[in-house]
Amino acid sequence: MSLDVNDLAVYYRTLRGDVRALDGVSFSLADGEIMGLAGESGSGKSTLGKSLIRMDARMRHVAGTVRLDGAELPVADDARMVPFRFHQVSLVPQYAMSALNPTRRIGRMVRELVRSRGVDYAGVHPELLRRLELVGLDEQVLRRYPIELSGGMKQRVVMVVSTLLNPSLLIADEVTSALDVSTQRAVAEALAGFRDRGFVKSMVFVTHDLALVHQIADTIMVMYAGRPAEKASSRTIIEAPRHPYTRMLISSLPEVGVTFAGKRLQGIPGRPPGLLDPPPGCRFRDRCPLAFDKCAEQPPFAEVAPGHWAACWKAE
Amino acid sequence: MLDLRQVTKTYRVGAFGGERLHAVRGVDLAVAPGEVVSLIGESGSGKSTIGKMVLRLIAPSAGAITFEGRDVAAVRGHRATKEYYRRVQGVFQDPFSCFNPVFTADRVFGLIRAEYHRSASAAAWRARVEEALATVRLDPAQVMGKYPHQLSGGQLQRLLIARALLLDIRMLVADEIISMLDASTRIDVLNLLGDLKARGLGILFITHDLSLGNYISDTAVILRRGRVVEKGPTGEVFAAPAHPYTRRLLSSVPQLHTTWEQADAALRAGGERACPGCARGGQPGAHGPVELAPGHHVGCFTAQD
Ligand SMILES: Nc1ncnc2c1ncn2[C@@H]1O[C@H](COP(=O)(O)OP(=O)(O)OP(=O)(O)O)[C@@H](O)[C@H]1O
Ligand SMILES: Nc1ncnc2c1ncn2[C@@H]1O[C@H](COP(=O)(O)OP(=O)(O)O)[C@@H](O)[C@H]1O
Ligand code: SF4
Ligand SMILES: [Mg+2]
Ligand SMILES: [Mg+2]
Repeated sequence: MSLDVNDLAVYYRTLRGDVRALDGVSFSLADGEIMGLAGESGSGKSTLGKSLIRMDARMRHVAGTVRLDGAELPVADDARMVPFRFHQVSLVPQYAMSALNPTRRIGRMVRELVRSRGVDYAGVHPELLRRLELVGLDEQVLRRYPIELSGGMKQRVVMVVSTLLNPSLLIADEVTSALDVSTQRAVAEALAGFRDRGFVKSMVFVTHDLALVHQIADTIMVMYAGRPAEKASSRTIIEAPRHPYTRMLISSLPEVGVTFAGKRLQGIPGRPPGLLDPPPGCRFRDRCPLAFDKCAEQPPFAEVAPGHWAACWKAE
Repeated sequence: MLDLRQVTKTYRVGAFGGERLHAVRGVDLAVAPGEVVSLIGESGSGKSTIGKMVLRLIAPSAGAITFEGRDVAAVRGHRATKEYYRRVQGVFQDPFSCFNPVFTADRVFGLIRAEYHRSASAAAWRARVEEALATVRLDPAQVMGKYPHQLSGGQLQRLLIARALLLDIRMLVADEIISMLDASTRIDVLNLLGDLKARGLGILFITHDLSLGNYISDTAVILRRGRVVEKGPTGEVFAAPAHPYTRRLLSSVPQLHTTWEQADAALRAGGERACPGCARGGQPGAHGPVELAPGHHVGCFTAQD
């Protein structure tokens, strides 16, 4: 196993109390696995990504452990995480592109970033150029300002830089969401290529787009209100999901050819529970058409078939 | 209601602004009341530039934009501008950049009240805000009092739509508004746009996601490097795309039950086609759009930069 997350709980401190953004998350990634991480907005995907690399000041590690390549990842200890970041675990954050400093040339930013991680820039420069070329960018981009690059170009620069030191784990948070379909495809295939070439060992690809992620991911994990609902091979999640939430999610996807005027698709009625004081039991209970008495008790995230986990009393 | 005639935007770029970048070139496009026009294209094709020109955030270099018969460039002064924005609103791609990071959600709504709804009573205003939040499926308790960084990307984007709904808008420019939403919320927001359209709202729906454009829009406009390459009734453009660029774009759409390799194979099997404009004796690269069927226009296949 390259990554092993065990019962991880991370809360956000707020004036009104703790927001339980991650509340008992367990899963693992095999060597070479690309896992798509999907789920409703606010379900904790970005929080999970951040927890594996850097918690911000408001985040608090409440429980659980993370192991990377057999060794403990000290997620709760900011100082002890320093040597892991960028070297072992790298994150391409949501909106990374818009976070680029507009007044700096790309090359200078890359240089500063690499140096800030204690790495000799000259030593990695040739590899940087080689990898930029691999994703279809020439050396010229380093002389440009962020505004002069398209979203897809910026995204590819960020991806190349984050994986320059061959981290074991890459977390890519919504890296394709703001891109057009052809660029999405190029970026997604480039990421899969990074794995194939061994630039990263395993990857968590956070997205809302199941149609996109199943093109490159080996497995998909669907989160709901701070907990994993289901994890299985991409094919199984798309073709034979067992969790009622996953099923409703898949059926709400517009496919090419379906129109509002022709067939009005249904979303999932209701809303996920607030995470300040979530109700006990299955968190999908309010919205679940299959809910029954037992759902007042929290279902375990259990292996319902080989390589297929689901947190639902009806999924066995 | 909204009309763009030969709209062009050229930027000066490069050292000393010596080079020209043609972000938008000679775009003709119209949105009628109750019509959803989707503007589809790769990044950098000029979609957002068009949206920003409609919202008067930048001025066209050439051409004219009219809204309800009036030249948008002539809207000047505080009152006229305010009136324009009461009717025409935009919701953008990157929600974090549109929100002032030091304003809470309540404050953002408060500003709208101060600017446009001074006479509304506190209770009536609260009811309106709650209705707008309910429409976008946000729980007031979960968002009110929070700063942008305390909300997830999707929550923030829905907040922006709710904000636009608080004005009596007639035209909405929605620039990639659902890219950050999860699937089930996406459908809700799309259905919401469909309902707004039924109420007579005109919508310029900017997207890179063709399946979303297909679901909601009446007219599809395919943009490539600032030029319209194909335009027509959505069903027709999707079922019988004529321009090679449109066909390639359609094959990149990720689909649940088709892999990209399968889509590529289907595209190759379709073979190459000749440009209908050039076939009719037009000057390659210079002839205008050709009408293939009523309302379905296609630009020259060979047009380069
Ligand atoms: N700094 C913060 N303080 C308080 N609550 C927060 C903070 N950041 C996030 N949250 C809350 O934690 C929950 C999980 O947020 P997170 O950003 O992980 O969601 P997400 O699944 O990535 O959503 P999206 O798909 O919209 O990006 C949400 O309820 C959110 O409102
Ligand atoms: N302020 C600017 N200065 C220079 N070039 C710009 C500016 N804004 C946009 N561009 C360029 O104009 C083109 C169209 O951009 P945009 O309208 O944002 O595309 P889209 O929304 O279709 O992705 C791109 O090449 C972009 O880099
Ligand atoms: S545990 Fe019960 S409420 Fe939860 S998803 Fe399964 S059936 Fe529905
Ligand atoms: Mg997120
Ligand atoms: Mg844009």
